Amino acid sequence: MASNDAEFKPGFWGWLNKRLPVAQFMRSQLLEYYAPKNFNIWYFFGSLALLALVMQLFTGIFLTMFYKVGDTTSFDSVEFIMREVDYGWLIRYMHSIGASAFFIVVYLHMYRALMYGSYKAPRELLWLFGMFIYLALMAEAFMGYVLPWGNMSYWAAQVIINLFSTIPVIGPGLVEWIRGDYGVADATLNRFFSLHVVAIPLILLLLVALHLVALRQSGSNNPDGIEIKERRGSDGKPLDGIPFHPYYTVKDVVGVGVFLLLFAVVVFFVPTFGGLFMEEANFEPANPLSTPEPIAPSWYFTPYYAILRAVPNQRLGALLLLMAVLLFFFLPWLDRSPVKSVRYRGWWYRGFLAVFTVSFLTLMYLGLKPATGAYVTAARVSAIGYFAFFLLMPLYSRWDRVKPVPERVSFHA
Amino acid sequence: MTDAGAKGDDAGVDQDRRKFLTVATSATAAVGVVFAASPFVASWRPSERAKALGAPVTVDLSKLEPGQMVTYVWRKQPIYIFKRSSAVVAGLAANDARLKDPKSAESDQPAYAVNERRSRRDDIAVLIATCTHLGCLPKQHFEPGDVVLGADWPGGFLCPCHGSRFDMAGRVFNGSPASVNLRIPPYSFPTDNTLLIGQDESAAQGAA
Repeated sequence: MASNDAEFKPGFWGWLNKRLPVAQFMRSQLLEYYAPKNFNIWYFFGSLALLALVMQLFTGIFLTMFYKVGDTTSFDSVEFIMREVDYGWLIRYMHSIGASAFFIVVYLHMYRALMYGSYKAPRELLWLFGMFIYLALMAEAFMGYVLPWGNMSYWAAQVIINLFSTIPVIGPGLVEWIRGDYGVADATLNRFFSLHVVAIPLILLLLVALHLVALRQSGSNNPDGIEIKERRGSDGKPLDGIPFHPYYTVKDVVGVGVFLLLFAVVVFFVPTFGGLFMEEANFEPANPLSTPEPIAPSWYFTPYYAILRAVPNQRLGALLLLMAVLLFFFLPWLDRSPVKSVRYRGWWYRGFLAVFTVSFLTLMYLGLKPATGAYVTAARVSAIGYFAFFLLMPLYSRWDRVKPVPERVSFHA
Repeated sequence: MTDAGAKGDDAGVDQDRRKFLTVATSATAAVGVVFAASPFVASWRPSERAKALGAPVTVDLSKLEPGQMVTYVWRKQPIYIFKRSSAVVAGLAANDARLKDPKSAESDQPAYAVNERRSRRDDIAVLIATCTHLGCLPKQHFEPGDVVLGADWPGGFLCPCHGSRFDMAGRVFNGSPASVNLRIPPYSFPTDNTLLIGQDESAAQGAA
């Protein structure tokens, strides 16, 4: 089909395309958008993240129809949804478990980028948009966690908002401004509701759009870290590329099927996931006079929480927590290796990636445990491993003995 | 636009004037944005109602025995009020070597609580019960040599969230994630057996 054919087609299709470039958009973004042919299982998680986002928006819209924000109504209205709204329990479980699923998918999506160097040039902006999505997602998840106004909600809000009090000079005033009261209160709950259902979802959608536009501009990376645009056939199409539709749309549908199957198993059979996806202390109403014991954040925040607790100084602890998140933003410039994929990197990078992986998972586990004795020591060791991966990267990525990168992707049909 | 020679229409245009007007308009708009944002930023401050509900709280001390603690809420913050025996007060000095801020030089409290007891009266201690680390409620562990905290524990508070420890005057022990002592609200004793939290002689600190 030539470029502007659709406009001159008879009937509705021609009428529509003269006014809206539907056919042109579908062609450039799906039929003639060439993606590397060597994608593996790690490439499911981008489309699954999109699915998770859509699912959260959809279930969230329905929850908002029944939820009543307010320090005297929030907890009861969530119980009302769980017990009295037809299928309310399903919608609520989908939403709260959906948050955990979203983070699982996003963490795997980010890990894929670490393995295959997807953050490296020319995809730095793509990576930065992704990291901003991750930040927005953390804010969204935290505020959503506060809304049921259970006791863990209340104390999570108390602890997280108090992190800002460690900022010199403006800290105490800033905390009071965020809370809108002398303590975490109705005012705090109301503004978190507004941010959770309106402001941050809008920001998320904008960031996802930018993430996708940047992806289409530079094209997907692949497990070999080879730029497929550099090897084109006589027809100008990348030799190692295949049209996104139907090849990858159909592949993603299979991924969606597997994801939904696992998701349904959790929703129907283990909705609290042993206290990891929904914490027991949150099944009792907020009580400003009783801190739940033990207090632990949702599992997706525990690596940072473990770093915070490992430091015996409050300002330094908060600073390291902030650094632990922000260092991801600098990866494109910390990495000095000439190759992208771990397949062609040497043992230095592989070693440090392994150290990072173990450290991150250990911290995740330790954040759920009390901060005492051997747990604190282990958290300190893991925190050193975590930071070494980033801070020493400019050195070891240069020392690394890389293998020659082939011209064409490795592909076994 | 900046290249006057390129377009016939721009001949005779005063480029300096155009540039000045562009910059001046943008700057005015920027100032306008700041002014327009200020009511929205201000809306997040504690409301008049929240301020009104932050009025002082009266506590009856006549039934408080030594070693006993009561909790009141003032300005959404739990306040610990407990009575210390003279032996406990005398023992406070022994903790000094193990504390981060024994003289309360870095901590937040009214001037009359800057002493080793951190209180106006020897026996009555008044503390804001939010851990200065990240705001959890420190738990009462008044018994010396507490099973959780070991034989050398002199008695005080332990925060369940991140393990900060405080003595019977709310002073923080070395090795805690909290850096400063528990905060102390303004307070006064209108009579021997009444405590007024949130108001003292200094008019500035009293919530009217």
